[in-house]
Amino acid sequence: MTAVQSPFAIGCGDFRVNYTQDMAIYKNVRVRRRVIFLVILFFLFPILAPEYYVSLATMAGIASIGAIGLNILTGFTGQISLGVGAFLGVGGYASALLTTRLGIPFWFALPLSGIFTAGIGALFGIPSLRLKGLYLAMATLAAQVIIYFLFNHWDALTGGTGGLVVQRPSLAGFSLDSEMSYYYLMLVILILTALFTLNLFRSRVGRALVAVRDRDLAAEVMGIDLFKYKIIAFAVSSFFIGVSGSLMGHYTLVITPENYGTQISIEYLAMILIGGLGSVMGSIYGAAFITLLPVVLRELMTAVREVFPNLESIFIGIKEIIFGGIIIIFLIYESEGLAKMWRNLKDYIKLWPFSY
Amino acid sequence: MLQVIRNSLYFGGVAALSDVSFSVERGEIFALIGPNGAGKTSMLNCISGLYHLSAGRIVFDGKDITRLPAYKRAELGIARAFQNIELFKHMTVLENLMLGRHVRMKSGVLAGGIYWGKAQKEEVEHRYAVEEIIDFLEIEHVRNMPVGTLAYGLQKRVEVGRALALEPKLLLLDEPMAGMNSEEKEDMARFILDIHEERETTIVLIEHDMGVVMELSQHVAVLDFGMLIGFGTPEEIQANPKVIQAYLGEESLLEVQG
Repeated sequence: MTAVQSPFAIGCGDFRVNYTQDMAIYKNVRVRRRVIFLVILFFLFPILAPEYYVSLATMAGIASIGAIGLNILTGFTGQISLGVGAFLGVGGYASALLTTRLGIPFWFALPLSGIFTAGIGALFGIPSLRLKGLYLAMATLAAQVIIYFLFNHWDALTGGTGGLVVQRPSLAGFSLDSEMSYYYLMLVILILTALFTLNLFRSRVGRALVAVRDRDLAAEVMGIDLFKYKIIAFAVSSFFIGVSGSLMGHYTLVITPENYGTQISIEYLAMILIGGLGSVMGSIYGAAFITLLPVVLRELMTAVREVFPNLESIFIGIKEIIFGGIIIIFLIYESEGLAKMWRNLKDYIKLWPFSY
Repeated sequence: MLQVIRNSLYFGGVAALSDVSFSVERGEIFALIGPNGAGKTSMLNCISGLYHLSAGRIVFDGKDITRLPAYKRAELGIARAFQNIELFKHMTVLENLMLGRHVRMKSGVLAGGIYWGKAQKEEVEHRYAVEEIIDFLEIEHVRNMPVGTLAYGLQKRVEVGRALALEPKLLLLDEPMAGMNSEEKEDMARFILDIHEERETTIVLIEHDMGVVMELSQHVAVLDFGMLIGFGTPEEIQANPKVIQAYLGEESLLEVQG
C-alpha cells in the first residue's frame, strides 16, 4: 500500500548524490522549476503587457546588464569604480562608430564594443594595484572625467555635444523596431550575462576575485596574482558595461555625452548598493528599482494632482532628495540590499507560522 | 629543502632580522621559536614572499626564490597559515579550501563563465581533493558555513586546511595553537603529525608552547632581537646557555650552571 501524501507537505530531504549536483547554481529541483517558470513569465510579459511597460522593462533590463558588470568589479572584487558612466559611453560610441562608419553589422558590433570597453576598462584598472578604497574611487573618477571630456570635445569622432545617431539592428531582414522585439533581445542577453556571472563565481577565477576582496594578502600567499586578477575584474566588468552601453545606444537611437556623465556612475553605484553588493540577482533588483523609481514617483504625482495641485511642482525638485534618502535608508537598515531582504522574506515564509 | 642564507630585513633603521641563516631538511618538522618581537613572523613573511629581504638569499628546492613574488612561491609549493586568522570570511569553508587549490587548477574566465565540460569536470575533480582534507580535519559539519561565523578554534583549523589544499611541499604554520585550550592543542598537534607523516610535508612551525615544540620538532631555530641565537635538535637547544638566557634571564642561567 502506498502512503498517502499530504498535498501541503514538502518532500522531505533534499538529496544530492554527487558533487556536480551539489555545485549546481540552483541545487533544488523545486527551486529550479520555479526559476524556469519565472523565465517563461518574462518571455510572455511583452505579449500580455502594454507597450509602455515593455519599454520600461527593456530600460531596466539593459541597466541590469550594466549593473551586473559593475557588481563584478565593486561587489565581488571590492574595487570601487566611479567610471561606469564613461564605460557605458565607450560601449555606446564604439558600437555607433562600428555600425555607422565601418558598416559592421550590429551583431558583431555588440560583442566588439564590449571587448573594446574591456580593453579601456583594463587600462584604467592599472592604478588599482597601488590604490585602494577611496583613492581608487578617485582614480576611476579621473577616468570618468577624461573620457567624458573626449566624448564632448573629440568632435571628429564623437560628433561633440550633438552626438551620433544609430539605427535599430535587424535580424534576417526583420528590423527590431518594435518594443517587443527589442525586449526579447535585451532579455536573451540579460539571461546570458546573469548565467555567465553566476557560473564565473562558482569556479576558479570568480573565487579568486572574491578572495581578493575579502583578504588580498592571504589571496596572494595562496597563489593569486593580485594585479592580474584585478585587471581581469576590470576587463570582465567593463565588457558587460560596454555591452549594456551598446544595447542602450541602439535602443534610444542617439548617443550623446549627457547620458554618460558622473551622475550616471553614481546611479549605477546606487543600483548595486540598493540591490545588494556581490549578488547577481541583487544587481537586477537594484537596476529595476532605480530605473522605475522616477517613473513611479511621477505616476504618483499625476495621481494626486487633482487633490494637491501644487504638490507636483514641489516634488519634481525633491526627486533627488527622495533618491538620496532611499540610499541612506538602505545603507543603515539593510546594507546587503534587496537581495538580502528577499532572502529574509523567503526564509520567513518557509518557517511561517512557526518562526522559531 | 629550504636554505635561509644570511637574511637581513630592515624597516627604516630597525633591524627585524639580521644575518639569520639556517636550513630546513626535506621531510622534517622544524620549529622557529623566540620571545615576542624576535622576528619569527617576519622570517616567515620573508619565506612566503610578503616581505622582501634587505640582504641575503632564500633557496627553496635548489632554486633561488629571493626575488620571486608571493604568488609564484605558492605555485612552487610553499603554503602558509597565518597567526591572526586571514581567511576569506564571507566565503564558506568549502570555498576557502577550493581557493587553496587555485594554483593546482587551470580554468580561465571564459571556461569558468560557461561552466561546461572541462571547467565543470575540473571543479568536481578538485572537490574530491578538498573533501579529503575536510574529512581529515574533521570539519564536515561546517563545510557550507561562511568562515566568519565559525568559532576561533575551527577557523584555525580551516586556515590549516586551506594551506593543505595547495598540496604544499613546505607548509609554514604561524602559531597554529595560539589561544587554544589543551584539548584543541592536542587535536592540532595530532593534525600536524598526521600531515607530516601521511602527506610527507615539510613543516616550519612557530610555537610558544615549549612542550609542543620539543615533542614535535626535529630541529629548532631560536631568534632573539632578529638574531639567530641557537640552532639544533631540541635537546641541544634546551642545553644552549644563550637560549636559556633569552628566555629566562641572566640570573637563572647562573642558577642552572651553579
